[in-house]
Amino acid sequence: MDGQWRVHSAEQPHHSLVESTQIMIEAQRLSKRYGSTLAVDDLSFEVREGQVTGFLGPNGAGKSTTLRMILGLDSPSGGQVTIGGRAYGSIRHPLFEVGALLDAKAIHEGRSAYNHLLCLAQSNGIGRRRVEEVLDIVGLTSVAHKRAGTFSLGMGQRLGIGGALLGDPAVLIFDEPVNGLDPDGIVWVRNLLRSLADEGRTVFVSSHLMAEMALTADHVIVIGRGKLLAESSIDDLINSSTHNFVRIRSPQLGELAALVTANGGTTTVEPDGSLAAFAISAQMIGDLAAANRIALHELAPQEASLEDIYMGLTHDSVQYRSGATVDATPTPKAA
Amino acid sequence: MTVTITQVPTAAAPATRVAPSAVPRRLPAPPTKRIGRNVLHSEWTKLRTVRSTYWTLVGAAAAMVGFAAILCAVYVAQFDTLTVRDKATFNPVSFSLFGVGFAQLAIGVLGVLTISNEYASGMIRTTLAATPQRLVVLAAKAAVFVVVTFAVATAAAIAAFFAGQAILNSKNLGVSVSSPGALRGVIGTGLYLAVLGLLSLGLGTIIRKTAGAIAALFGILLVLPVVVGLLPSSMSDAQKYLPSNAGQALVFGGAHGTASELTPWGRVRRLLPIRSSQTRPRRRDPRPP
Repeated sequence: MDGQWRVHSAEQPHHSLVESTQIMIEAQRLSKRYGSTLAVDDLSFEVREGQVTGFLGPNGAGKSTTLRMILGLDSPSGGQVTIGGRAYGSIRHPLFEVGALLDAKAIHEGRSAYNHLLCLAQSNGIGRRRVEEVLDIVGLTSVAHKRAGTFSLGMGQRLGIGGALLGDPAVLIFDEPVNGLDPDGIVWVRNLLRSLADEGRTVFVSSHLMAEMALTADHVIVIGRGKLLAESSIDDLINSSTHNFVRIRSPQLGELAALVTANGGTTTVEPDGSLAAFAISAQMIGDLAAANRIALHELAPQEASLEDIYMGLTHDSVQYRSGATVDATPTPKAA
Repeated sequence: MTVTITQVPTAAAPATRVAPSAVPRRLPAPPTKRIGRNVLHSEWTKLRTVRSTYWTLVGAAAAMVGFAAILCAVYVAQFDTLTVRDKATFNPVSFSLFGVGFAQLAIGVLGVLTISNEYASGMIRTTLAATPQRLVVLAAKAAVFVVVTFAVATAAAIAAFFAGQAILNSKNLGVSVSSPGALRGVIGTGLYLAVLGLLSLGLGTIIRKTAGAIAALFGILLVLPVVVGLLPSSMSDAQKYLPSNAGQALVFGGAHGTASELTPWGRVRRLLPIRSSQTRPRRRDPRPP
């Protein structure tokens, strides 16, 4: 191995979207029905190369179903999804184009890690040397000949990631890759995803943990109950959030609250006695306070955490199910 | 192949990041036409790298040779007390191949496990993601399995035949492999077990669950003959369509009486339910139900 797979040190700054990058995975009005359950509902999105795209949603949102449809394992009830412009099923030796980790436990328990990767590699004409290289990349060389049934979930994840890397593909799809990993393993996966994307590869990674994606992804696609809730760069998602607010402390809170409301904002009193003002800028509140001779003790713009935004989005999708009409899509598309 | 990474204008990338230029593609994809060979290679590795393959094949071979030795030894020991009539109907080939009835259970279990294991573990999704051409996967699996099973079963039948004849020869009862029915019995055993294994593989492909497929297989081999035996004589034709009876007729010849109308090839063909299993995996999603 040359430096290609070298893990970059610590977190790198997140990158804004590069507009001219190629769309590598494209879903168009994708849906999947199991009996009376609509697991995926009219879902359209794009995944671009050279970045880590997070695929977020609560458990049962339809993430894994969507990933299986991308890989041609489940056939869509409607719509289509393409990789590099083609249906997955038409690719002859797909490991060279798309690597996927779907389920770390989807391994024959009696087969060794080496033999598991070997049979996978051989199906695409990949030789033993590459199998050994990949075992080295994922750090399983020392247990290569142990039966996979004895592996921890974390080792299983590493083995699954190894399987995805076998063909050195341009597109990588990981379903919940950090599940079951210890902190070291999580940092390892995070850096691996980052370095793969920095090499120009397309990295599409599902998770139900927003905090994890906030550290890894450039772009997120959020779904809930099979529907698209948001598709946006991380930065735009934060900026556009209705969860951004300004915290105000003042001896004349009541007066100030009335002024904020009169100027198009909304307010709520926080448990600690401060006032949270939404949909109004800190600058405007300051001006209002000055013009009305109101003393300000604190005026602090608060940026919503991605976790808050995510909770808001997915909470809305739960409300939607109960019949309330909620427009849960803040920004349909950045880019 | 059609991934057009290299066409991306790298100038658009911010200076802070590694330019998304050409992804290093050091591994050239093999030619499309080699897919069958690659998948055969893969399936061979799968079959030889799990213990159940060895246990079931050793079990089948042990049943063949073991029953040949025991039955022939018992016959030799009791020979002096047998009636003339018993001696007249004695078939030395059948005695040495009697174990096929037990070997078929082991081979059947292996046939089921070969595919049901993939469904049970979820490995099937990894397999089909690596080779989306599902019929190629099924065909390669079946081909590797049939070749291995036929080779092992035929070798076991040869060993059982010679072991049995060697024991019978202590009373000069043994026959040579060139005697009527001997070669056919030996090759027929290999053929029957291989095709029965294929039937099991088909059952495993359709049913997907190990327990369910093995239950269905044992039902076909052990229970169905009893049920069919209870049918009125006008319907007794059904007997010759049973895999177990077809197999007995193939291995032991018409002496066992049930399937004499079927030619040996016809008997083999009766065992092939694989036709329906060819179309099923193409459409069904490989997720566990």
